[in-house]
Amino acid sequence: MTVTTQRLFRAEDTPFALSHLDALEAESVHIFREVAGEFERPVILFSGGKDSIVMLHLALKAFAPAPVPFALLHVDTGHNFPEVLAYRDRAVAKHNLRLHVAAVQDYIDRGVLRERPDGLRNPLQTVPLLDGIEAGKFDAVFGGGRRDEEKARAKERVFSLRDEFGAWDPRRQRPELWSLYNGRHAAGEHVRVFPLSNWTELDVWQYIEREGIELPEIYYAHRREVFKRDGMWLTAGEWGGPKATEPVETRQVRYRTVGDMSCTGAVDSDADTIEAVITEIAASRLTERGATRADDKMSEAAMEDRKREGYF
Amino acid sequence: MSTTEEATATSLLRFATAGSVDDGKSTLVGRLLHDSKSVLADQLEAVEHASRRRGQQAPDLALLTDGLRAEREQGITIDVAYRYFATARRRFILADTPGHVQYTRNMVTGASTAELAVVLVDARNGVVEQTRRHAAVAALLRVPHVVLAVNKMDLVDYAEPVFAAIAAEFTAYAASLGVKDVVAVPISALAGDNVVEPSAHMDWYGGPTLLEHLETVPVGTDPSAEPARFPVQYVIRPQSEEHHDYRGYAGQLASGVLRVGDAVTVLPSGHTSTVAAIDALGVPTELAWAPQSVTVRLADDIDISRGDLIAAAPLPVPTKDIEATVCHLSERPLHVGAKVLLKHTTRTVRALVKEISYRIDIDSLEQRSGAEGLNVNDIGHVVLRTAEPLALDDYTENRRTGSFILIDPSDGTTLTAGMAGEAFDTVSTTDASHEEDWV
Repeated sequence: MTVTTQRLFRAEDTPFALSHLDALEAESVHIFREVAGEFERPVILFSGGKDSIVMLHLALKAFAPAPVPFALLHVDTGHNFPEVLAYRDRAVAKHNLRLHVAAVQDYIDRGVLRERPDGLRNPLQTVPLLDGIEAGKFDAVFGGGRRDEEKARAKERVFSLRDEFGAWDPRRQRPELWSLYNGRHAAGEHVRVFPLSNWTELDVWQYIEREGIELPEIYYAHRREVFKRDGMWLTAGEWGGPKATEPVETRQVRYRTVGDMSCTGAVDSDADTIEAVITEIAASRLTERGATRADDKMSEAAMEDRKREGYF
Repeated sequence: MSTTEEATATSLLRFATAGSVDDGKSTLVGRLLHDSKSVLADQLEAVEHASRRRGQQAPDLALLTDGLRAEREQGITIDVAYRYFATARRRFILADTPGHVQYTRNMVTGASTAELAVVLVDARNGVVEQTRRHAAVAALLRVPHVVLAVNKMDLVDYAEPVFAAIAAEFTAYAASLGVKDVVAVPISALAGDNVVEPSAHMDWYGGPTLLEHLETVPVGTDPSAEPARFPVQYVIRPQSEEHHDYRGYAGQLASGVLRVGDAVTVLPSGHTSTVAAIDALGVPTELAWAPQSVTVRLADDIDISRGDLIAAAPLPVPTKDIEATVCHLSERPLHVGAKVLLKHTTRTVRALVKEISYRIDIDSLEQRSGAEGLNVNDIGHVVLRTAEPLALDDYTENRRTGSFILIDPSDGTTLTAGMAGEAFDTVSTTDASHEEDWV
């Protein structure tokens, strides 16, 4: 029992300490550069949500003063928030990026995909995503997924090999040691890369604050017409809500995640500044997905099942 | 720094847990998450719901951590999972590794990035074979801090002599393996004693609770005490009007400090130069230290590409003959004569398995013949020949520049985790003839 009294270690104790945000940033930048060094055609999945916005910000820093050597790929469900699409287009123009769009609506129009009876389009994203990856011949696909989001994701690697069907097999994952990422893949396979694996929701928000990153305004409290479905406040709109039995109210709300309008709920909130958002999240008793995502609630293994099919 | 960050700026501790099947590891992890208020209402509700559906009376905290369908069905953990929680003092990344005998490789994986390992024992059983194995893996991977959590103290009447005997035996064993810092904590994960809250049942214990120790153990090393190692990941050449002649070497410092003006050597070529500028993600700076990701510019125009190492003295000697301790990770055995790929920092080269010197019995630490090759979860010592010279440090000196992986060139499978040099300080088989090959 060598129980020595340990002194509290604080950042000020050494000039060489890194805060947790600095450590996470350094790790994520390392991941971006590994992909740039090892792959032919990487692409960043960009939804206009806060995680993909942070990813893009990290990629910009990783290669400065040169431009980001990756294109963006957006899987457009057709039920996007207009503010988010506008943000996406501004970001693409500002950083002179190339944007590929894979649109769920095209697949529905062509009869390849059928609208679900519940109107959810998130589960329909997988086919356009995989087609988009194939059409672009992308061999590395960055996603903003974080391991803290969901328990199936807690098992996800930073470099995650997908077979020619885009499928994830948790039993056949490559062990990942130190910071030695294995990007080997055969033609037709691709690697999903998660540079934010070790970030939590709070880390993302603190980083957004520290770096002064602009977000789509729907992340901050604003007044909006919403209606209640399955316990969540959904935005009324052309995507198919509300039904006659679902009265519309104007409420002060904000979004914790940004996805398809049909399954992303708003939360009641007065947090209209970044400081207020961080305070609110730190005090919240609900996870990000528990509060706002309908599609994860479908079954105990909903995320695992969708990931096996090729979803992020 | 922004105001919110200033109020919450904290360090980051990466740690791993290891424990045998019934030692209560899932309960401990559940307790740490739950009592540090990192389990949120909807997650707990999901666990309660699932527990009820299985006919269990109380919520099964293990369901918080067993994420895969097969794990829930079998009631076991089959793969490393990463958990995140935070206190006011520190952020934690927990590599939650399964304790089964057949999952040695998972503990190796979890321990590779950990600065601290929690080894769990059942107070009723004391130090068992599994405990010794976990200590050996932590020592092998050079995890700087080890915590022995003596669990189920409630089942031995919270008796001090039981704890003292186990702690003494474990500490002596870990010390013999070269582990420098061992702390033992008597706990009951089920009842919550000494995990987050101090126990009311063990007045005789004067040390910290497990969480308190995790919050206060010093993390990281002093970069100024280590030689600079900067593996080049990517060459940044904007070729724009504004940055016409810019040629920067992007990478993450594996160890040490780099300052503008420092003399450096590029390996394996051996060219020397001076650090002309350092850009910290777009912002010029005078110095950088591990593990920062930066971009370095040199005073001289030297041919440098991905895979090269910019280093300050003392320098590693590039070699094509590598002796290493390895843990085999793949179901596909590793045999003498195998042609593989070796990834070391940012460099991937072809390599040949020349010799499997011995296997290590991880329970007794005895050396066994390696003639039949290495099977999954085997730990052994190998001699490799590479197609190009590599600038490796000894793993005991540098976990980042001393480590590598072997990859099957046919399908990209990660085969083996490697650590340059001998496994344990106490195990010596140094053959003088190999020493000469290093020069």
